[in-house]
Amino acid sequence: MTQQRRSIAWLQAAPMMLVFALFFLLPLVLVIIVSAWDYNEYEMIPALSLRGYTDTFEGCIADLPNLCTILKTYLKTVKLCLLTWALTLLIGFTVAYFLAFHVRSKTWQIVLSLLCTIPFWTSNVIRMIAWIPLLGRNGLVNKGLQGAGVITQPVEWLLFSEFSVVLALVHLFTFFMVVPIFNSMIRIDKRLIEAAYDAGATGWQTLVNVIIPLAKPGIVIGSIFVVTIVMGDFITIGVMGGQQIASAGKIIEARLNALQFPAAAANAVILLGITILIISSLTRIVDIRKEL
Amino acid sequence: MDDRRPRSFYFLAAFFIAYVLFLYGPMFAIYILSFQGPDGGLTFPMNGVSLTWFSKLFAGTGIVDIGAAFKRSLKLGLVVMALTVVISVAAGMAFRRPFRGAAILFYTAIASLIMPSIITSLGIALEFRLLDDFMTRHGVNIGLGRWAEGWTTGMGLFTSGLGAHLTWTLPFGLLIMFAIFNRFDGRLEEAARDLGATPWQTFRHVVLPIILPSVIGIGLFGFTLSWDELARSSQAIGSVNTLPLELQGLTTTVTKPDIYALGTLTSAVSFLVISLALIAILVLQARQRRHGSDAGKGMV
Repeated sequence: MTQQRRSIAWLQAAPMMLVFALFFLLPLVLVIIVSAWDYNEYEMIPALSLRGYTDTFEGCIADLPNLCTILKTYLKTVKLCLLTWALTLLIGFTVAYFLAFHVRSKTWQIVLSLLCTIPFWTSNVIRMIAWIPLLGRNGLVNKGLQGAGVITQPVEWLLFSEFSVVLALVHLFTFFMVVPIFNSMIRIDKRLIEAAYDAGATGWQTLVNVIIPLAKPGIVIGSIFVVTIVMGDFITIGVMGGQQIASAGKIIEARLNALQFPAAAANAVILLGITILIISSLTRIVDIRKEL
Repeated sequence: MDDRRPRSFYFLAAFFIAYVLFLYGPMFAIYILSFQGPDGGLTFPMNGVSLTWFSKLFAGTGIVDIGAAFKRSLKLGLVVMALTVVISVAAGMAFRRPFRGAAILFYTAIASLIMPSIITSLGIALEFRLLDDFMTRHGVNIGLGRWAEGWTTGMGLFTSGLGAHLTWTLPFGLLIMFAIFNRFDGRLEEAARDLGATPWQTFRHVVLPIILPSVIGIGLFGFTLSWDELARSSQAIGSVNTLPLELQGLTTTVTKPDIYALGTLTSAVSFLVISLALIAILVLQARQRRHGSDAGKGMV
């Protein structure tokens, strides 16, 4: 009986296994294999070669101590990633804290959470281009500042700049911080907070010594989401950077457009390595499975 | 603690309102601007109010064939939604018992969720590229002549594109199923079994009605995530484009408000689907409350 039940369970899970095997695991394995293939202008050659990697870092050692383009690009990606991470964490934590501890009725909690979720169900591209009428040279912000006499010339760095990229990334992905952090906070036993209060802790001490440690799983999960999304992003950086800012994701896209599959794969493996490094150091802190 | 709102409440409430304005403000700016008059530009002020840009969209004069992309995205979204619901519910049921590979499947789903999309997309593109190469070179020799002759590419909306979307929607579906069954009372099923229900009857008449509101939630995620999906589709969709891909392409070339009109239209579909799903969930929950358990109500 249990044997039969187990095989039924296995059959129920089989379709999902099949999809992930065909469209996630196998492609991933192929990326790793092909990253070590040779290639010429128009096709990949199934022969062991590290050209994909060496071409990527061509001239990097000769250039030292100056950083070559590729290293600069990776550094810039990490910088954008850290900036976005810090901002989404700050905003996401504050919003989640408000929802979890200051909104008292269940109904309002659901309504306000939905309010934060609805944009997630709408298109990212639209949420990006939505900034154009606000930040453009003749946009609302520039007009407003000029009208107020703060500036005489329109500010150019508002749009198609690193500023607009980070702004859009924060705009798009703070949601991924709010949900897991809120989820952790809602499970904190309110009596713990009362106990801290009764023991004479100030609000700030309660926050630092009780709430933040207990919300850590949510913070880690949210951070994993934001870091992996931003590290691989090429669309937001493309659209909001006016296609002028390079990133790890854009390198892969460019190599692919040139049909240099092994080179694209090599860059994907490097990106994957960096991502795994970040995630594994984050998961040291928390066991994801326990948090669902 | 006394019941008066602390001062921090007002500060945090103001912060929350600012965040919501930050979320919605820009979107509403383009919804308004899409009704720009015929001579209006990409920014405020409004130069009259008209439906010019919408009619241009439907006439197909302004930009590439949006109608076709619209239909493609809609079809793909519906298929992804249906598959996401069925596959996630089945897998969610499976995870309530131990089975071989459960841990691997769980971690694969999480990995698929957090994998940078460009890598997944590249992998699928590569997979189909290798398949194409194989079919054109060796297909005939190994007896696959029927398919290999005239083989151009296996890539397409409902092959590589569908697969790419599922790697993104299924993890969400599975996580929602976990959340459902964490709060599910297994004794209800035992009761059904004791009353002689078959496993299918138990699922159909006991489990499904209880989890239905959340299953609709899975469908909502399935459709909207597919409808707006961009990064994973980008390399893996083949020769045709979905609506978000067309939109992204337009961002660099278009200088007229038709792009806002298209954005408004796309969002309208999203909002329609979201409201339908939310209404369905509310109706179902209300019904559950009415017809739900009479335990503790003094009825014998």
